[in-house]
Amino acid sequence: MKDESFFPIQQIVNGEGKLVEKSFEGSLTDELVKVMYEKMLRARLFDRKGVNLQRQGRIGTYVPFEGQEAAQIGSASALEEGDWMFPTYRDHGATMTYGQSLSRIFLYWKGRYEGGVPPEGKHIFPPAVPIASQLLHATGAAWAEKKKGSDRAAIVYFGDGATSEGDFHEGMNFASVFDVPVVFFNQNNGFAISVPMSRQMKSKTIAQKALAYDMESVRVDGNDVFAVYFETKKALERARQGNGPTLIEAVTWRYGAHTTSDDPSKYRDNDKENEVRREKADPLLRVERYMKANGIADDGWFNNLEKALAEEIEKAVSDMESYPNVDVNDLFDHVFEHPTWTIEQQKQTYLAAKGGKDE
Amino acid sequence: MTTTVKTKKLSLVQAVTDGLRTMLAEHEDVVLLGQDIGKNGGVFRATEGLFEQFGEDRVIDTPLAESGMIGTSIGLAMNGFRPVVEMQFFGFIYPGFNQLVTHATRIRARTLGRYHVPMVIRAPYGAGVRAPEIHSDSMEALFTHVPGLKVVVPSNPYDAKGLLIAAIEDPDPVLFLEPMKVYRAGRAEVPETKYTVEIGKAEKLSEGEDVTVLAWGAMVPTMKKAAKNAEKALGISCDVIDVRTLYPLDKETISESVQKTGRVVIVHEAHETGGVSGEIASLINDTSFLYLRSPIARVTGFDTPVPVFSLENDYLPNEQKIERAIEKVVRF
Repeated sequence: MKDESFFPIQQIVNGEGKLVEKSFEGSLTDELVKVMYEKMLRARLFDRKGVNLQRQGRIGTYVPFEGQEAAQIGSASALEEGDWMFPTYRDHGATMTYGQSLSRIFLYWKGRYEGGVPPEGKHIFPPAVPIASQLLHATGAAWAEKKKGSDRAAIVYFGDGATSEGDFHEGMNFASVFDVPVVFFNQNNGFAISVPMSRQMKSKTIAQKALAYDMESVRVDGNDVFAVYFETKKALERARQGNGPTLIEAVTWRYGAHTTSDDPSKYRDNDKENEVRREKADPLLRVERYMKANGIADDGWFNNLEKALAEEIEKAVSDMESYPNVDVNDLFDHVFEHPTWTIEQQKQTYLAAKGGKDE
Repeated sequence: MTTTVKTKKLSLVQAVTDGLRTMLAEHEDVVLLGQDIGKNGGVFRATEGLFEQFGEDRVIDTPLAESGMIGTSIGLAMNGFRPVVEMQFFGFIYPGFNQLVTHATRIRARTLGRYHVPMVIRAPYGAGVRAPEIHSDSMEALFTHVPGLKVVVPSNPYDAKGLLIAAIEDPDPVLFLEPMKVYRAGRAEVPETKYTVEIGKAEKLSEGEDVTVLAWGAMVPTMKKAAKNAEKALGISCDVIDVRTLYPLDKETISESVQKTGRVVIVHEAHETGGVSGEIASLINDTSFLYLRSPIARVTGFDTPVPVFSLENDYLPNEQKIERAIEKVVRF
C-alpha cells in the first residue's frame, strides 16, 4: 500500500503566502507573480458572473470552478503556441488563459454551438461532457504531433472521478506504450458530485496510478499557482523532448457545487468549516499575501485591476447577449461535410413549415 | 480510344488489403490501427504484408482496447491523419461505442466544422462461419441510428476495394462492415489501380418485373440464389438490389424499383425489430406507397442473440425462407 508520503505534495508558496521552496526565489519575478494573480482574478470574477447570470436566467446551467483557479491558470500558463488543450466542461479558467474569448465561454452555457469554437489558430478543444473520454483524444492529437515530428504537446484536464473510467486507463496506457507527448492534468477536488474520493478509489493518491503505466507522475498543491505552473512546464518540456507523458495530480478544493443545479449541502461540510478552510486554501489570497509581504503591489494596484477586469467581463456579457440570433442552418449543416439527403430533406421541410424564415 | 484497365483476381478480403495498400501508398496521412494487424497481418489476414511494406508507424499494433483505438484515432484524425481502425470482430465494438457516438460523430457539429474526424472503422461481421458467441453479431442498425456516421457494407471484391477507398477519402467517419461469410467465397476481377465506388449508392444486380428483393453483405449471394430459384420454379422475375450503403440509403434506386414492381422483400441477417429493413420500408412508404400491391415482407434473423453455431443455420435467413417470402408477396 502506498500512502501520501510516497508522492509528497509539491509546494512553492504556502497558505500564508510564504515562499517554502527557496530554490524558486529567483523564478518568481514580480511580473510572473502579477500576471498569475491577474489571470486568477479574471477567472474568479468571470466564474462569479457565470453563477449570477444563471441565477438571473440569462444563461442555462453553469458549471462553477471557484477555488480551482491556481490549478487551471497555473497549468494553462505553461502551454506554448501550437500546443493542444483538451478541457472538461469546468475548465473555463484554463481555456480563457490559453486564449478562448470570455464571451464564447458564456455562449457555450447559453446553449450555443459557437461556444465550442476556438479562436483561429488556437488548438482548444470544445468541452466534453462524457467523463474521461477526452484523454484518448489528447493522446491521439499528441501522437499526431509526434508523427509529424513537431515539438508540440497536448494537455488534458479531468477530475478525480474520471480516474475510475476505463478511458482514463486506456488513455494512460496508449500514451505510455507509444511514448506520446501528452500531460494528463488531474484536478483532484475530493468529490465526484457527491461521491468522496474515499468511495471513488482505495488508492491514497491519484499520482500513484501512473506507476502501473511506468509513467512519470507528480502530486502538486493545486491551490499554489506557482507549483502548478512550474510542474506543468517541466512535464510539457519532458513531453517535447520525447521523454513521454506525465500524470499531474493537482490537489485542490472547489468551494461551490458541481453545477448550478446541484445542492452540495447534502454531502459536504457546512459553510462555517468552509470559511475557516478557505482562509488557508484560497489560491488568490495566498498570492495576495505574498505580494503584499514582498512589496510587489499595493492596495491601489489590486483595486485598479479588479475594476479593469470587471469591465472586461461586463463587455463579454454584453457581447454574449448581443450576439446574432442563432442560425437554424447550424442545426443541419455541420453533421457531415455535405448533408446527406435525409438531413437536407428534413431541413427543407422544416424551413418550409417555418415559412422559410429564421425566428 | 480504349484504355485497358489492368485487373487481378481477388477475394473480398484480398480486395480490402489491396484497398488499404493503395491508400497507404498514396497518402502519407493514412495509418492503420488495430489489434494483431501488424506482424500477424490481422486474424483474417486483411492487413497481411502491409506491416512489412509500410512499417510499424503506419500499420500499428495497438493494445487490446477498442475505446482506446477509436478514441486515439479521433485525436489523430482531427490532427491531420486518416486512421483506419480494425475491430477484430464487429461484436467487439461495444466497448468503443461511447467514443463513436459521443465524439467521432459529433465533433464537427460541436465545433461548427472547425474540427472533423475523417476516420474509418473496419469490422468483420455476420454469422455463418461457426464462430463463438459475439463474433457473429450484425448490429448495423445500432449505427445507422447515430447521426454523423455513414454505414457501408460491401458484398463482393470489386465493391470492397472501391467503397473502402471512398470511405478513407470521406471527410467524415465511416463504419465499414465486412461480411466474414463471403471474405473468401470467391474471387473477382478487381482493378489494380485506385478507383472508388460511391457511398450512398445501391447496385441493381438483375432486372425483373414482379418483385424487388433487397439485401446487403453476406445475404446478397443468398438473395441472388433465391431470386433465381423463384424465377425457375415459380416464374417470378425479381429486381435484385444490393443496398451497399445503409446510411444514407439510396432513395432513388430503391423507389424506382419498387414503383416498377409494386412488391418488396427485404432480407437481412440482423434481428428483425429495429432492423434497417424497417427504415427501408419507411422510405418506400414515403416515396412509393400508392405503387404497392402487397405488404412489404422481411426475411431476417430473430429477436434473439445471434446464437452459438449449433443453432446459426436456424437463425439465419436462407434461400427457402427468402423464396417463400417472394412467393407470398407476389401471390398476395
